[in-house]
Amino acid sequence: MKGKTDASAKGRIFRVSGPVVIAEGIDARMHDLMRVGKEQLMGEVIQINPDKITIQVYEDTSGIKPDEPVENTGQPLIAELGPGLLTSIYDGIQRPLPVLQSMMGDYILRGAKTPGLDRKKKWHFKPVVKKGEDVKEGQIIGTVKETNVIEHKVMVPPGVSGKIKAIEEGDFTVEETVASLANGRKLTMMQIWPIRKSRPCKEKLTPEIPLITGQRILDALFPLAKGGAGGIPGPFGSGKTVTQQQLAKWSDADIVVYIGCGERGNEMTEVLKDFPKLIDPKTNRPLMERTVLIANTSNMPVAAREASIYTGITIAEYYRDMGYDVALMADSTSRWAEAMREISSRLEEMPGEEGYPAYLSARLAEFYERAGRVKPLGVAKIGSVSIIGAVSPPGGDLSEPVTQSTLRVVKTFWALDAKLAHRRHFPSINWLNSYSLYETILEPWYTKNVAADWKSTVNECKKILQEEDKLQEIVQLVGSDALPENEQLTLEIARMIREFFLQQSAYHEVDTFCDLRKSYKMMKSILHYADKARYALKAGVHVRNLLEIKARNRIADAKFEKNHEKILSDAEQAIDKEIESLLMEIK
Amino acid sequence: MEMKEYKTITRIAGPLLFVEKTHPVGYGEIVKVTLSNGEKRLGQVLDTSKDIVIIQSFEGTSGMDKKSSVRFLGDVMRLKVSEDMLGRILNGRGEPIDNGPEIIPDEELDINGAAINPYARGPPEEFIQTGISTIDGMNTLVRGQKLPIFSGSGLPHNDIALQIARQAKVLGEKETFAVIFAAMGITNEEAQKFIRDFEETGAIEHAVVFLNLADDPAVERLITPRLALTTAEFFAYQKGMHVLVILTDMTNYCESLREISSAREEIPGRRGYPGYMYTDLANIYERAGMIKGKKGSVTQIPILTMIGDDITHPIADLTGYITEGQVVLSRELHMKGIYPPVDVLPSLSRLMNQGIGKGKTREDHRQVSDQLYAGYAEGRDLRGLVAIVGEEALSARDRRLLKFAEAFENTFVRQGIKENRGIEKTLDVSWNLLSVIPRDELTRLSEDFKRRFYKGEGAEHAYVKEEVEEKVEKRETEKAAPKKEIKEAKKKAAPVHKKHKAKKK
Repeated sequence: MKGKTDASAKGRIFRVSGPVVIAEGIDARMHDLMRVGKEQLMGEVIQINPDKITIQVYEDTSGIKPDEPVENTGQPLIAELGPGLLTSIYDGIQRPLPVLQSMMGDYILRGAKTPGLDRKKKWHFKPVVKKGEDVKEGQIIGTVKETNVIEHKVMVPPGVSGKIKAIEEGDFTVEETVASLANGRKLTMMQIWPIRKSRPCKEKLTPEIPLITGQRILDALFPLAKGGAGGIPGPFGSGKTVTQQQLAKWSDADIVVYIGCGERGNEMTEVLKDFPKLIDPKTNRPLMERTVLIANTSNMPVAAREASIYTGITIAEYYRDMGYDVALMADSTSRWAEAMREISSRLEEMPGEEGYPAYLSARLAEFYERAGRVKPLGVAKIGSVSIIGAVSPPGGDLSEPVTQSTLRVVKTFWALDAKLAHRRHFPSINWLNSYSLYETILEPWYTKNVAADWKSTVNECKKILQEEDKLQEIVQLVGSDALPENEQLTLEIARMIREFFLQQSAYHEVDTFCDLRKSYKMMKSILHYADKARYALKAGVHVRNLLEIKARNRIADAKFEKNHEKILSDAEQAIDKEIESLLMEIK
Repeated sequence: MEMKEYKTITRIAGPLLFVEKTHPVGYGEIVKVTLSNGEKRLGQVLDTSKDIVIIQSFEGTSGMDKKSSVRFLGDVMRLKVSEDMLGRILNGRGEPIDNGPEIIPDEELDINGAAINPYARGPPEEFIQTGISTIDGMNTLVRGQKLPIFSGSGLPHNDIALQIARQAKVLGEKETFAVIFAAMGITNEEAQKFIRDFEETGAIEHAVVFLNLADDPAVERLITPRLALTTAEFFAYQKGMHVLVILTDMTNYCESLREISSAREEIPGRRGYPGYMYTDLANIYERAGMIKGKKGSVTQIPILTMIGDDITHPIADLTGYITEGQVVLSRELHMKGIYPPVDVLPSLSRLMNQGIGKGKTREDHRQVSDQLYAGYAEGRDLRGLVAIVGEEALSARDRRLLKFAEAFENTFVRQGIKENRGIEKTLDVSWNLLSVIPRDELTRLSEDFKRRFYKGEGAEHAYVKEEVEEKVEKRETEKAAPKKEIKEAKKKAAPVHKKHKAKKK
């Protein structure tokens, strides 16, 4: 970055209190990266006072003393962007965890400096522009096969343009010059970008294409758009993590950025163990080849947890700028908010609601606003970043500040429900409280790509579920036998929607992913039974007989089988047959 | 390192000392305070700046005055560890209190540990059989997991913890677990019970006990679990042992955390607990796990009493967010005389799937567990309905579920305090229970499993029903359970069943 801060780039520690260090005799800009103490721990300036500055330190501060030196790097906290990001596993400040392990063993000790991108690895660079061509910011000058499935596009960094003076094909490290411009500027395959600043784009577009997740309840009932933002609040034990991991595995984004922010170590291990083994259904290659993992578990330093979200979104934006669709999962933004709270309270800032800093909702909004479907600066292809943020409301109380601030900015809301989880209804997303504001924008897409009556089919299912909810209240009081026959039938149809359609097993090899066509067919089959049964009921068949139609259960079998089309049409025919014979009986 | 002594205490507030000093003192450094009467106490630096440091005294500040002298030891708190610790009883600061010989240390370890690099962690996936059906069958514990028991005051959480400690084993392995037991603020009587049990069963030989009792200094509780975990890590990763750590009671630990926070005049979070409680608890719980390439493991069973039985209370809430599930005890089951009173509905083991299935337990385990949950959940809901409309108003299916829920509690949940049920037995009991439900209603079970394990269907019902009843009866004689209740339930259930059959004809 240009313009180092002046002479006083060295100072001394005045006070240490947990992750917060106060230094004196040094000048700095806000968010400058500092080296703190003899061990040169990484930290960031978060407050400036007349004679002292406050630094949040990303590493454990035990044993750090007043009077130790503090040094200003003159740079804000940055992310290194270039080939090698994919398949990486980073901590919150983009240090590769495998490298940390080889440096310091099984535990995260402190003072380790290691770059985000491997400096030694050579990548094969193929230019796509020629000598003499004019290039502008964001334009692709060459490509690198980063993994077997993703072609990395080497771009001119934002703010740079000019005429290519030299460019050549060959094997380079990320620091070596691959092209130089007439104005003397040398271009490498690596860009650096301050993580707290969003990367520029040409234009933000309306998100009008759904992010297909393969999860029936999400795709059909509460879709998320590519470039949209969704929130999953869920009390503990409600299946939030599994849902997020399902999304990471199955959503049809090109790139997945998964941020484990303040979560469990063992769970992160599961992700780290599972992801490399997972085979991407579209490419038949390991899912890791299009994934970046960021793991900052709950016992790793709290300030790095705060930074992890920004590191992740910056990487996501970088791939978006190449024209890719990126899905970013943040698990969990509540832990991120708590990190903010913890640091804020160490700063003795005046707290807002529940001890969270007053700027909580501004920070959350800023983060979610970095989602979007955009025209990148120099690439014709449209790229997008979709954010799926998990929220862990304490005590399952959705009125707490983090959930509320999130709700104000996200447009899709998947309300996880512990009660459903207790009943082993997975994914335990409550169909009554959840919503998606993208439905209308996405409708034309569904109509064109799945079925003309997609919307009405979905609405019919939703209507039945709503009715069920109302009827359940009565059932709670008087029992289902007291209901009129047609309402008893509605209850049964709703149960079928819930158990046959909404329930989906993440652990079953077939059921774990369900394409839109299959979702549509399944809804249709259930509604087929509904229509026929309603007709038969009117014709005088007793509801008890309709509830005992065996063939209905075959619709559920379709979930677990690959030849679902046949099973569903067989089931429909069998239902027709049974109903016909019931009709015959009464005649 | 110079060892200056300061007699410059300017302020004492609660467990905190404020000391003026001249040389730089490290954050987290250990401090020795010598009182005017010669007594020595330990403390730790909580905040350090050029002129003043804030120290928390682990053994309280009572009796301290401004003339007490303070010495900074220039190091963080360390525990002397050695293999000789097995079989020993130590106080909450790690000093032997069993009149045994001095422990000769192999090493001195920083009690705060360090975060395991997530990349270095080994996947926890080895099934631990605790011999308790509700845990093994439906909330399976695996090696390296942290699975707390959420209890309430007056519930038998200690018995359950002891039973787990006694019975826990990995199938196919002879070796038992080393048990590290850390008591924080429990009563002398409770502590005695643990020790007696350890001694009677011989478990003490492979156990280390840390005791901070109710009348010991509250601040000391902040280090007790860290000592226990440092010891556990030593045995696990340096000696290759599998270690089970029982921490009781985490509620007392959190109260101490709150005490320090309020003495420091920090801005309180929910219910007065400090905003960093999540991070602090994470630093304890996250020390469970396994490391790739190392033989041992640390499995944690923290116990906490939910204040007012409220699972949304910050302590239970934050714990639930860090640990991999929870085993929740129910007062209602306890009042019914059911031991262990584990309420399976809010209980959960997040690592269950990794530890069960073919080659680990049995291939039908997952589905059986899901089906039991579903049936019991529905049956429990129906109890509310019955209270309003009476059993007669229910459909046949509902009545079956109601009966199922009852039988579930009496044959699956209920077991003896010394009864060690193997996983095969647990699954068999499950299938016996499930077989009273018509085959078609078991939607969570695959056809294949039903073919192999289902014992019910039509006329065969009677056979299964008898078997279930037989079990109930057997247990009755064994345990002298509330006979009246079960007999009544049976009386009620029987005619219902006949009626249902008649209807079908």
